[in-house]
Amino acid sequence: MSEVVFKTQGVTKVYDTGDVKVYALDGVDLELYKGELTVLLGPSGSGKSTLLNILGGLDHATDGRVWFEDTELTNMSDRGLTKYRRDHVGFVFQFYNLVPSLTARENVQLVTDVAPDPMPAAEALELVGLGKRMDHFPSEMSGGEQQRVAIARAIAKRPQILLCDEPTGALDSSTGVQVLEVLRDINDRFGTTTVVITHNADIQRMAHRVFFFQDGKISETRVNDERLSPSQIVW
Amino acid sequence: MQAIDRKLLRDFKRLWMQALAIAMVLACGVAILLTAVGLYDSLSETRAAYYERNRFADVFAHATRAPLSVLPEISQIDGVLSHEARITGDAILDIPGRTRTAVGQILSYPETDDPVLNVPMLVQGRFPDPGTPSEVVVNAPFAEANGFALGDTFDANLKGQKRTLTIVGTALSPEFVYTIGPGAMMPDDTAFGIIWMPERTAAAAFDMTGAFNDLSVSVAVGMPTEPVIDAIDDVLENYGGLGAYDRKTHQSDAFLDAELNQLKGMAAVLPPIFFAISGFLVSMVMGRIIALERSEIGLLKAIGYSNFEICLHYLMLAGLIALVGVLLGWGAGTWLARSTASQYAEFFNFPYVIFNVSYWVYAVAGLAGLATTSLGAAHSALQAARLAPAIAMQPPAPPRFRRSFVDDVMMRLRLTQPTIMILRSLLRWPLRSLLTSVGLGMAVASVIASLFINDSLDEIVDLAFFQSNRQDAMLLFADDIPETALEDIRNLPGVLQAESQQFHAAILRSGHRSKRVAIEARRPGTDLSRALDVNQKPLTVPPGGILLSERLAARLDVQPGETVQVEFLTGRRETFEVKVTDLAEQHLGLGAYMDFEYINQLFRQAPRLSTANVTLDTLQIDALHQAIKDIPLLTGIIEMNVNRRSFQETIEENIVVMNTIYIAIAILITVGVTYNAARIQLSERARELASLRILGFGKGEVSYILVGELMLIALIAQPIGWVAGAWIAQAMSSAFTSDLYAIPLVLKPATFAVASLIVLSAAFASAMLVRRRLDRLNLVAVMKTRE
Repeated sequence: MSEVVFKTQGVTKVYDTGDVKVYALDGVDLELYKGELTVLLGPSGSGKSTLLNILGGLDHATDGRVWFEDTELTNMSDRGLTKYRRDHVGFVFQFYNLVPSLTARENVQLVTDVAPDPMPAAEALELVGLGKRMDHFPSEMSGGEQQRVAIARAIAKRPQILLCDEPTGALDSSTGVQVLEVLRDINDRFGTTTVVITHNADIQRMAHRVFFFQDGKISETRVNDERLSPSQIVW
Repeated sequence: MQAIDRKLLRDFKRLWMQALAIAMVLACGVAILLTAVGLYDSLSETRAAYYERNRFADVFAHATRAPLSVLPEISQIDGVLSHEARITGDAILDIPGRTRTAVGQILSYPETDDPVLNVPMLVQGRFPDPGTPSEVVVNAPFAEANGFALGDTFDANLKGQKRTLTIVGTALSPEFVYTIGPGAMMPDDTAFGIIWMPERTAAAAFDMTGAFNDLSVSVAVGMPTEPVIDAIDDVLENYGGLGAYDRKTHQSDAFLDAELNQLKGMAAVLPPIFFAISGFLVSMVMGRIIALERSEIGLLKAIGYSNFEICLHYLMLAGLIALVGVLLGWGAGTWLARSTASQYAEFFNFPYVIFNVSYWVYAVAGLAGLATTSLGAAHSALQAARLAPAIAMQPPAPPRFRRSFVDDVMMRLRLTQPTIMILRSLLRWPLRSLLTSVGLGMAVASVIASLFINDSLDEIVDLAFFQSNRQDAMLLFADDIPETALEDIRNLPGVLQAESQQFHAAILRSGHRSKRVAIEARRPGTDLSRALDVNQKPLTVPPGGILLSERLAARLDVQPGETVQVEFLTGRRETFEVKVTDLAEQHLGLGAYMDFEYINQLFRQAPRLSTANVTLDTLQIDALHQAIKDIPLLTGIIEMNVNRRSFQETIEENIVVMNTIYIAIAILITVGVTYNAARIQLSERARELASLRILGFGKGEVSYILVGELMLIALIAQPIGWVAGAWIAQAMSSAFTSDLYAIPLVLKPATFAVASLIVLSAAFASAMLVRRRLDRLNLVAVMKTRE
């Protein structure tokens, strides 16, 4: 686990709301390694999502530098970031963000249509255990199923990185566990570098490493010598 | 198919009601453009082909009696290609089974060769045999209107000589595309016909052996007609020439031209309004879709869709709406143009219609539709493309409301919370509210622009038939007769009152402007036919003066007190300087009036009359008709109430169609705008309104907020619509005004009221349609939905 996938140097994000400047990130330095499953933990507003957005090429840092492998993302153009996301990054969101007018399969095809080397949409859905629900619309699925479609959509492009923002935030405990199992399985099977944001402290125990966030800074880093499987996690 | 395209199609399917409402408005624009331009093209082409195939002449002239020996002079005029000299005259006709007389315009038909110009096109039968003097061909509409079959006969009073004529054929001619009898306002095929008879018979009847009184000339392509006109006038000067004129002044062609101009005006004014409204509706709907799909846009960006692809995605949604609108418009436009073209062919006597809407018209209409909807969607689509992905994924910030002086006013008025919500929402999105009002205002304007014509026509009829021309009938004579004959006229059965009137063809000149008119002269104080001022007070013309209708004065650019040059084309053809004494109000024709005695002095003649205006005892009309069939020199009778009825009937038929179309259009616009505005509001406020329901508001109270806001916007739209409607009505009134007639701008409160009532009702019905959705709102589901 020595190959660095992400590296940040003094990354700062400031929201200027006129009179007040809010530091969402305040000089974050970190390195993420290939195949690693990382958990970013911290209360709301501590900067986790902002960092994830910057790593995923959804947002620019106000200050500091960010690298993906040998490529610097810091001042990349919009067009460059679009290509970066299209080729390398998979996203999973708290509220699934499925397109309601598309079926599960078609939601995945949204990605496979534009990715350079995708797996078939059906295969991605099989991987998350939804082989039999492929032609259902989001409104016909449970929250857990919808989130698994979102994961299938994220992994269908065979991304190098999977960025998950509160993937279990809207789910009950047992459904959440199913989703975490899928994430763990993907990480194990494909060695996809996975970053999971949560404010659920129990989830940290399935990670290789955990970053604790407080007021836009990393307050603590912990390495789990022994990882729990999702089924052992209860909340 | 790519998944994003499938999303596009499903979004479109979900929005179909809204999309259809917009597409219908767009379709109106496309259809009107297609119909107006298509009809214009079809009629222009038909006219051009008909004129060319049947060799319609370029210059026309009439004389009292010119010898055939002057024809070589005519053919030597520079630019003259060919000429046709004919004999023409009017005759009173006695049609079997018809008590009322009809008027026929006799035209000679050459005996040896075929006609060179104005060639009649045979519809039925054959042309008259020169050896059989009683054989004639009549124009087909006259035969049809009077139920004539080949072989039928009727009597004609040819300058006092009664002849029985046999119909051997029916024909149409490019000279009579619009066939209108002397003194009539509208074509009446039962009462006026064209009669082609062998040259020899016509010459004998009108005492024209070796002479002619009607000349047509064709001019070489590219040659100006003015020098030819001047040269013909020189040749005919000594033979009572009445001044040659070109096609522009030819009555039939002038009416056709006026109609074509109206079509051109319609194509220029109406479609842009529809395109603008559909563009606005698309922009309104797309703005809302993009607000709703914020997170989906963020997601598409997150997974790697480029700004361009996202922009295109939303533009294509607008494109689909445009596609439906354009296809509907093409279909409706083709049907409308085709059916209207055949109606036109019937109204104007064309033998055929070349229906041809060229592909470029379809292309232009389609592209215009696509361009306006794309333009409408462009702002929203660009906004979607510009949305930063990280921000798009977050719920939008709640709309910012600020306190203002309006809030204090609302507080003081002690308005209820729902009413305050309505008012705040209007003020929060002032531009959107205003544009919605403007859209609805256009619907109001559309109704006003069509309804005002009813009142205009009432005024035209009132002024022409009840104020100016109060006689029951006009008796027309071929040549002026001594005024002493008025006594004989008074003795005719049924005649109660008779007054004399003269007509003189003349050219009025002022500076470089000139106009050919018929000057009317009457004795001062005449009661039956009068010229009126703006306040409908009778005007008298002092000797040495001339009274002009307002439009004629405008054409000559003269004011009262200034002088005009009057060149008489009758009598000694002298020219006089005459002072304009007053302006008369007149909607039909370009009238000019002089004093009766003064004209007699100028012409150095004993008092004469060309027309007798009479009032009649209605019980004796049949007896009068019976009597005048035998009066020599009388060439026609115009019964004013028949004239008025035919005018009103023809116009009313058109107006009912036009009113129906415009009201349908207004309703379409209203539904399109209101339904979309209501759906957008419902979508924006579902949570808010559901919350109110949960808090204990009833369905009626909650829908008051939705329907109330829409109806408030509809109310604001009314004054906007009134002003726009008045403006469009004024534009139409001046666009439709020609030398032949003027459409006065008459705006009555009732017109505005009806327009508002129609639009407000349609708006309320559309709002209630959406209210049903509000009633069915699943409160729990709405509250669980993430914003």
